[in-house]
Amino acid sequence: MSQINHHLTDALLMAYSAGTLPEAFSLVVATHISMCDECRAQAGSFDSVGGQILDDATSEAISDDALAATLRLIGGAAPEPRAPSTRRAPSTFPLPLQDYVGGDVDAVRWKRLGGGVRQMILPSSSEASVRLLYIPGGAAVPDHGHRGTELTIVLQGAFRDETDRFGVGDIEVATEDLEHKPVAEPGVACICLAATDAPLKFNSVIPRMLQPLFKI
Amino acid sequence: MNIQMNIVGKTGAQAALGSYSANHSLCVRVPGKVQLTEKDQSASPQWATEILAIRDRQDQVAFARLFQHFAPRIKGFLIKSGSPADVAEDCAQEVMATVWRKAALFDPSRASASTWIFTIARNKRIDVVRRERRPEPEDLPWGPEAEADQEDALALEQETERLSKAISALPEKQRALIQRAYYGDLSHRELAEETGLPLGTIKSRIRLALDRLRHEMK
Repeated sequence: MSQINHHLTDALLMAYSAGTLPEAFSLVVATHISMCDECRAQAGSFDSVGGQILDDATSEAISDDALAATLRLIGGAAPEPRAPSTRRAPSTFPLPLQDYVGGDVDAVRWKRLGGGVRQMILPSSSEASVRLLYIPGGAAVPDHGHRGTELTIVLQGAFRDETDRFGVGDIEVATEDLEHKPVAEPGVACICLAATDAPLKFNSVIPRMLQPLFKI
Repeated sequence: MNIQMNIVGKTGAQAALGSYSANHSLCVRVPGKVQLTEKDQSASPQWATEILAIRDRQDQVAFARLFQHFAPRIKGFLIKSGSPADVAEDCAQEVMATVWRKAALFDPSRASASTWIFTIARNKRIDVVRRERRPEPEDLPWGPEAEADQEDALALEQETERLSKAISALPEKQRALIQRAYYGDLSHRELAEETGLPLGTIKSRIRLALDRLRHEMK
């Protein structure tokens, strides 16, 4: 796996651990953690903070019947055995993303956006949206700013914008202050997973007119 | 108390034990067989013993002890997170039923019992309160030598202890902020904008298994 240079922020890791991220953002976070040991370990640390909060939580009295009721829920079943895990074949998409797509990159049902750019919107709760983007090598995503937060993770190829280069596994966290024009590196097409909690702001008139049409 | 586990080939039980290297003193190894001695058990971190007893022997007494400790806390945690008392009680029961069913997934060298149970309670809250799916990272592949490492488990317990002290030592205002974040009172945006959060403190105190993870992936 290539070197990952751009990681999740502490605030995102903590919100993911606390369970307060919109589903669309959680998908990007889970995809990155699947590819990044560093962030996996950090996420574990933030879960430990949650364990501490649970330990310190005020105990609330439970009904006398609660244990018996729980044993009824279990219904005498033995704990489930852990499924034996095998090293799976390499894929472009980590498993959490494959769950949403219904398979790896060849299962994506792309829709054309113009200029060779394609997208597939994935199902998620309404707080934020998440899509796969396909940008041909050398092509640009229209110049845009952000009203909310946009998380983008690279799954294939690489792109550059005003801030840096983003390769496979890298994540870009864009907020209101970033106006950028991502350009895919020449060569293999760049495939990204991008989530946003507000519509993007395009800086030219034509994409702005097309925006309601393409839901970006 | 002697617990014997016979492990033949790459069974589910073997995978359940974890994937860590096995060079440590507490474990007596014979080919194809791992014997955990009583010493292991007494050295096990708090509450991990109970979960392993559920996994290995469907031990209802151990489950009752675990229930008595955690169910009231899970209920308290869910009420603080905004659930009505009756919903919180039902959820606490379902969380504890999941603890039983998924006991084989618990790995004391990766998470303390409190941490593992917290993640189940959190997921229940996302499911019931937010009515959303929670995408989870894919698990690390388990190596062929799958075996829980007592030293790793103890090291993790010590780090958890240090984290606990670090959180208790925080100024009240910062501790309250962290609690609000985990009770779901702070949106991710508020969290990102909140400058008073001692995130660095938490991170430097608990490095978890970062180095070991790196080692494993090589």
